[in-house]
Amino acid sequence: MDAVVPPVIEARDLTKIYASGDARVVALGGVTLQVQRGEFVAVVGASGSGKSTFMNLIGLLDRPTGGQLFLDGVDAARLQPDQRATLRNRKLGFVFQGFNLLRRTSALENVELPMLYAGLGAGERHRRAVAALQAVGLGNRLDHLPNQLSGGQQQRVAIARALVNRPALLLADEPTGNLDSATSREILRLFVDLNQDQGITVVMVTHETDVAAVAQRVVQFRDGHVVHDGPPPADWQPAIDRDARGEAA
Amino acid sequence: MNPLTLLRLSLRVLARNKARGLLTVLGIVIGVAAVIAMVALGTGAQQNIAQQIASLGSNLIVLMPSSNNIGGVRGGGGSMTTLTVDDVDAVKRDVSLVADIAPTNRTNAQVVAGDANWSTSVTGTTPSYYRIRDWQPAAGSVHTELDEAARNKACVIGQTVAKQLFGTDDPVGQTIRIRRMPFRVLGVLAAKGQSPMGGDQDDVVLIPFQTYRQRIAGPQKDNVQFTYASTAQADDTPFAVEEIRAMLRQRHKLREDQEDDVAVRNLQDMANASREVADSMTLLLGSIAGVSLLVGGIGIMNTMLVSVTERTREIGIRMAVGAKSRDILVQFLVEAVVLALIGGAIGVFLGWAAAELLSDTTGWTTVFDPKAAALAFLVSAGVGVFFGFWPARRAAQLDPIEALRYE
Repeated sequence: MDAVVPPVIEARDLTKIYASGDARVVALGGVTLQVQRGEFVAVVGASGSGKSTFMNLIGLLDRPTGGQLFLDGVDAARLQPDQRATLRNRKLGFVFQGFNLLRRTSALENVELPMLYAGLGAGERHRRAVAALQAVGLGNRLDHLPNQLSGGQQQRVAIARALVNRPALLLADEPTGNLDSATSREILRLFVDLNQDQGITVVMVTHETDVAAVAQRVVQFRDGHVVHDGPPPADWQPAIDRDARGEAA
Repeated sequence: MNPLTLLRLSLRVLARNKARGLLTVLGIVIGVAAVIAMVALGTGAQQNIAQQIASLGSNLIVLMPSSNNIGGVRGGGGSMTTLTVDDVDAVKRDVSLVADIAPTNRTNAQVVAGDANWSTSVTGTTPSYYRIRDWQPAAGSVHTELDEAARNKACVIGQTVAKQLFGTDDPVGQTIRIRRMPFRVLGVLAAKGQSPMGGDQDDVVLIPFQTYRQRIAGPQKDNVQFTYASTAQADDTPFAVEEIRAMLRQRHKLREDQEDDVAVRNLQDMANASREVADSMTLLLGSIAGVSLLVGGIGIMNTMLVSVTERTREIGIRMAVGAKSRDILVQFLVEAVVLALIGGAIGVFLGWAAAELLSDTTGWTTVFDPKAAALAFLVSAGVGVFFGFWPARRAAQLDPIEALRYE
C-alpha cells in the first residue's frame, strides 16, 4: 500500500536563492526530503536557518528557485499563483503563531472561509464548519468573535479552519508561540490526537525542544541545509506524553 | 464566491466605517444630486415652455425691430426704430397669409385712481391683440375699432393693476389717470399669470393704438416697438414669416449683404431659442456634476487604497486559505461599487428633495425623471468600477507571505 500512496511531501534538491543586485543569498541550498502520510514532523532551526523558507515553499506561498517539489503527488514547483492558491485550498491547512483569524468575523465564518473559496454551497459550508468547531471542542462558541475568545480557543478555531477542507497536510508555524504553557500543552495534545486518531499529517515549525520532541521525527535546519533528520534527540523532554490519551479537547 | 455573499461581505465591511464611507461618497452624492435636480428643473422648464407655446397658439408671429447698421455702428435689438406703422399696415394689406396683426407700443407710466397709484406698463395696441393672444375680459369689455377711430381715452386693465388701484372694488366704468389724462376703464382682463420670461403679464394697462400714438408716444409716434401677427393655419406660419421678411427687406431697400433690420419670428423659433438656453445650462451643470463625480471617484480610490493597506493581513489570510487573485480583486471591486452606489442612491434622493424644495419655494416646475435617476445610478456604478479597479488590483497582486507578515 505504501508504494501506491505518494508521499505528502517530496522535495528533491529544493533551492531558494534571493538575488538583490549583486548580492545572492542562498536561503535554501538543496534540500531533499520526504514526508509520508500520517507522519508528525517537527521542523527546527535558528532564525535564518532556512526553515521558514522551507515552510513557505511546501506551503505553496512561494516558488522555489530550483529543484523539484511534489505535494501529495502533484508537481508543485512551477505553478502559477492561482494554481498554487487552488492547491493550498485543497491540500493544505495553515495554523499560524498569531492565529491569523479574520477580525470582527465569527468563529463559524472564519472556519467557513476556505470552503468559500472552494466554491461550496452555504448549507454545506455551515454544516462542515459546525462539525469542525465541535471537533476542536468549540461547539458552543460558534458565533463568538476572535476577540471574545482566549488565545487557546482562537488557535482551535484556526485548527478547525485548517482542517475543514480535509487537507493532505497540516502546516503549523510556531502554533504554541503565543500561548502559555498549559494552553500550549492543550494545543499540542490536539495535534497529537488528530495525528494519531485521524492519521492527519502534521508538519510543525518550532524553536522549542520540548514542543519539537512531541513529534515522531525532527528535521533540523542550519544555513539552508538539513543537518538532522530523525527521531527527537533523547535529551529533549516532550511537553506532553504522546501516548497518554488527551483529557483536554 | 457568489454575488450575494460578496454583497453581504461588502456591506458588513462598509458598515464598520460608516463615517468614512459617507465622507468618501460625498463627491458622488453631490454630483448625482446636482444631475437629478438639474434634470428635474430642466424638464420642468421645457414642459412650461411647451405649455406656454400651446397656450399662445402655434400660429403666432412676432415682429421686432432688430439691430440696424448705420455706417458700421450697430444698435442693440429692440431699441431700434426700423419698424413703422406703415410697415405694419403694408403687412396687413399685402401679406395674405396674415389673418390678424396687432402693433404694440409700450412705456412705463404712473397710473392713478383716486388716492391709489401704481407704476405699470401702458401698452397701445389694436383690438386684434385680444384675438391673437386669446385674451378675454373677465369683467366689462375690451376696446374696439370704434375706440381706435375716435382715439378714445379708454383702457382695459390687467388683474394686477385692478387689484392695486381698486382693491376689491369693481373698476369697470371708473376713471384712471395716465400721465394726468383721464381714461375710462372698459374692462378687466382675465388673469394670464407669468410670461415665459418670468414677468407678470397681468400688470398691464391696454389703450387703443391710435390713442397711444397721439397722447403718449411723443415724437416717435410712427414707430412700432413690437408686433404680434397670426395666421389662420399653424402650417402657414413659416411661409408667412418668409413673406413678411422679404417684404420688409424690400420696403427698407436692404441690399443682399445687409442683415434684416426687423426680426420676424414664429413662436417655434422662440421656443427653440429658449431650449438652446436651457440646453447650455444643462451642459454647464452637467460638467459641474461631471467634475464632482470625478472628485468623488478619486475619493473612492483613496479610501479603497487605505482600506487595502489596512486589510493587508486579511488579504494574506484569504490568500493562504485559497483565495485566487481574482477573488481578492472582485471582493474589493464590489466594495468600491457598493460604496459608489450608496453615494448614488443618497444623491438621487437628495437631488429629488432639492428639486421638490425648489419648486415649493420658487414655484418653478420640476419634473423628476426616473430615467435620469437610473442613469445616475449606472454612472455611479461605473465610477466605482473605474476608480476601484486600481486599488483592487493592488490588493490582488499582494504577495501572500508579505501580506501575512504585515503588521
